[in-house]
Amino acid sequence: MKMDLIQPFIGSLDAVLAEMMQAPATIMDLSMEEDGYRKRGLAAEVMFKGQIEGRIVLDMEPGAAVKVAGFLTGSEVDPAEPIVPETVCELANMVIGNAVTQLNDRGFQFKVFPPSVLSSEQCAKAGQDSEATILRFETPCGNVYLNIAMKYHARRARERAPVVAG
Amino acid sequence: MRQFEPLTRKDHQPVRYLIVDDSVFARKSLAKMVESFGGELAGEAGDGCTAITEYARVKPDIVLMDITMPQMEGIEAVERIVQEHPTARVVMVSSVGYQDNILAALQKGARHFVQKPVKPDALYEIIRYVLNDDGVTTPVGAQGENSR
Repeated sequence: MKMDLIQPFIGSLDAVLAEMMQAPATIMDLSMEEDGYRKRGLAAEVMFKGQIEGRIVLDMEPGAAVKVAGFLTGSEVDPAEPIVPETVCELANMVIGNAVTQLNDRGFQFKVFPPSVLSSEQCAKAGQDSEATILRFETPCGNVYLNIAMKYHARRARERAPVVAG
Repeated sequence: MRQFEPLTRKDHQPVRYLIVDDSVFARKSLAKMVESFGGELAGEAGDGCTAITEYARVKPDIVLMDITMPQMEGIEAVERIVQEHPTARVVMVSSVGYQDNILAALQKGARHFVQKPVKPDALYEIIRYVLNDDGVTTPVGAQGENSR
């Protein structure tokens, strides 16, 4: 997978967590997904289609999700409260939205769909023609994982490229 | 959360907000912010269709509208609301802030755009600008002068 396509997601996660948790996120590991991804905690998935197609899973250790939800709502939150997975969904939405904004402003065009909570323990394996990268970030509240599976449609990009006259 | 100098209408009533976002978390977070601005939550909606009916029902002073939502997205909802209520004030609040999206929203009648994660200071300034521009509010700092 092209690193210049992943970089906006790393920068975006760092910026969003810094803003929402007032704490830094440090990237610790980067690995390739081999079998289907098994989630570690509370996860939300966002799909996107266009010149770049794929899905991103934001996965937070339960303790981290509860701490962020409590920090953002300004009160103690019970792990069973629906606001906890809602928080993970909204964080995923922000991380992916900000990264997509950067990629779009660099000329990639695609559409983002609303986030959904990943309820099963294991999410679908990335397609044969996609590669999935798993990034682990360490925050003061616990680990946060970003699973990025996407493919770049060079043909669609060429079709959309402006034709130079002459 | 920081308490801001209240933004009130010229009749000294709180500014009334309609918050539209499919995320309950985002709605709660924005509601907390507008309360810290001295505002009142007039209504909430989780998609564009509900936003249209809620707008007609509660007639808010300002709408904070997400873009990516199920059923009907925010840009289409803005267009429909502004068609039916030409004086509607809608501020888009979205994590997806690329130029095409912003331009489309402004062309359909949105007044401004704020990118998520929302910084309260930035949202306050934008709301103040939009409301002052229409003469809905008394500019902050002028209330004391008027009462002297």
